[in-house]
Amino acid sequence: MIDWTSWLDYGFMRYALIAVLIITPLFGLMGTMIVNKKMAYFSDALGHSALTGIAVGVVFGVQDTNLSMVVFAVIFALLLNKIGSMNTASTDTIISVFSSCSVAVGLAILSKGGNFSKYSSLLVGDILSITKAEIGYLAVIFVITILFWLFGYNALNAICIHKTLAKSEGIKVKVFENLFAVLVALIVMLSIKWVGILIINALLILPAASARNISVNMREYHLFSLVFAIFSGVLGLMVSYYTNVATGPMIVIIASVIYFATFLYGRNERNK
Amino acid sequence: MRKIIKPCGFHCIKINNLGVTLQNQVILENINLHIHCGSLNAIIGKNGAGKSTLIRAILDDIPHTGQIEFKDTKDGKMQKLKIGYVPQSINIEKNTPVSVYDLIASYKGRYPVFFPKTKKMYQKIKEALTIFEAEDLIDKQVCNLSGGELQRVLLSMAIMDKPNLLLLDEPVSGIDRNGMELFYKTMEYLKNHYDLAIILISHDLDYVAEYADHVVLLDTKILKQGSVKEVFASPEFDQVFSTGNKENWMNKEENDD
Repeated sequence: MIDWTSWLDYGFMRYALIAVLIITPLFGLMGTMIVNKKMAYFSDALGHSALTGIAVGVVFGVQDTNLSMVVFAVIFALLLNKIGSMNTASTDTIISVFSSCSVAVGLAILSKGGNFSKYSSLLVGDILSITKAEIGYLAVIFVITILFWLFGYNALNAICIHKTLAKSEGIKVKVFENLFAVLVALIVMLSIKWVGILIINALLILPAASARNISVNMREYHLFSLVFAIFSGVLGLMVSYYTNVATGPMIVIIASVIYFATFLYGRNERNK
Repeated sequence: MRKIIKPCGFHCIKINNLGVTLQNQVILENINLHIHCGSLNAIIGKNGAGKSTLIRAILDDIPHTGQIEFKDTKDGKMQKLKIGYVPQSINIEKNTPVSVYDLIASYKGRYPVFFPKTKKMYQKIKEALTIFEAEDLIDKQVCNLSGGELQRVLLSMAIMDKPNLLLLDEPVSGIDRNGMELFYKTMEYLKNHYDLAIILISHDLDYVAEYADHVVLLDTKILKQGSVKEVFASPEFDQVFSTGNKENWMNKEENDD
């Protein structure tokens, strides 16, 4: 007989659980807008830019590479936003170019002297190594996000539906778009060490995409996205403990299963 | 439909010397328009003549030169111009979880749309929708509306704050002949029963001839403006829309083959 609470006997598991309880609702919320705005490419590129941010920090001898990572990501996000609004050739191509370029630069610098293994944990993430102080950072960004959501969500949604129409209603389109991009950058950077570059985007997109399969209005969309995100997070952490599999991938696997289930369910409902 | 106020005929909107240059290319220049409340002003012209740019410039969505004045001619006082805008289409894909309530509340309200609906906002939106007989659509998903239904929803939203000027991009997709007829009938009703002026980008010359009070023929600058008769009989109109041109183009295609 397995003891279903034994995983909480360890301090690192309790920290991990708190981290999951902060990160997953954040991702669930942000995802609703990222999916509606079709910014999956954008957040993916941001995730990849973490490597470059760390590399830049290493080159300039910054003590805390977290700092260089966050600064670089914010600049990168604003740059991508600017490109996206320029109406030039297809945005996804340009974002892709910038993203690969920044990953290459990051990899080149970090792998110099054969030291890359030091950073490889960034790729998959390791939520079990999170410390109290780092949970504190997450809590701060959590509060900021909630406030931004309360005061800015309507405007973001209006901009997403029609920019010119939003502007004609007096909404500051550029300000909100940039704030949102910066917020995504901050959240991605502060959680990338625990979730991992390779799968962070899946966690951002999947809960909202699943919710979209079965929701008909904004209230359902948010509720389902939050529930799916938290559920996959907590269950993923538990299962990873008992199966000895990395936590991030486990969470994503559960979130994917939910996506396919809602996809089939939603399709059936619509065909009725 | 419900009446609110009659046009007073004293408000006028003046667009003085408006110009738009984007990336060193002159898209609009020297645009002077004089618009009275209670009038339907149709803007016509070929594709790429700058019609949509003109609307975006009036909305201040793109950098432009020149001024837009809004005056009460009775006492000569300047006022702030309130504009209601109806885009041609919106970015709502299939399966987007946005209801008509969510759509309008996002633009018109501060209370977050992901919280339970507020009675006050719900009532306000329903009232606005009633004007265009669209009140039953309030809880429907926007992506499931027909072209005509969406048009009515967007119109309801545009006149919610009682604008002085209504800017519209004429719907072209998802609306059949009957829908178009209804659309122009609605325009006529609006201008007769509300204190507002309408600027409409139009692609259908037959309807323009039937309903417009003032026609503006645009091609980077204003080629000709005036009553339907004046503009439709002008040589400039012939030049832009003449069937001769079309035939030449078709002949050329054939020759190319």
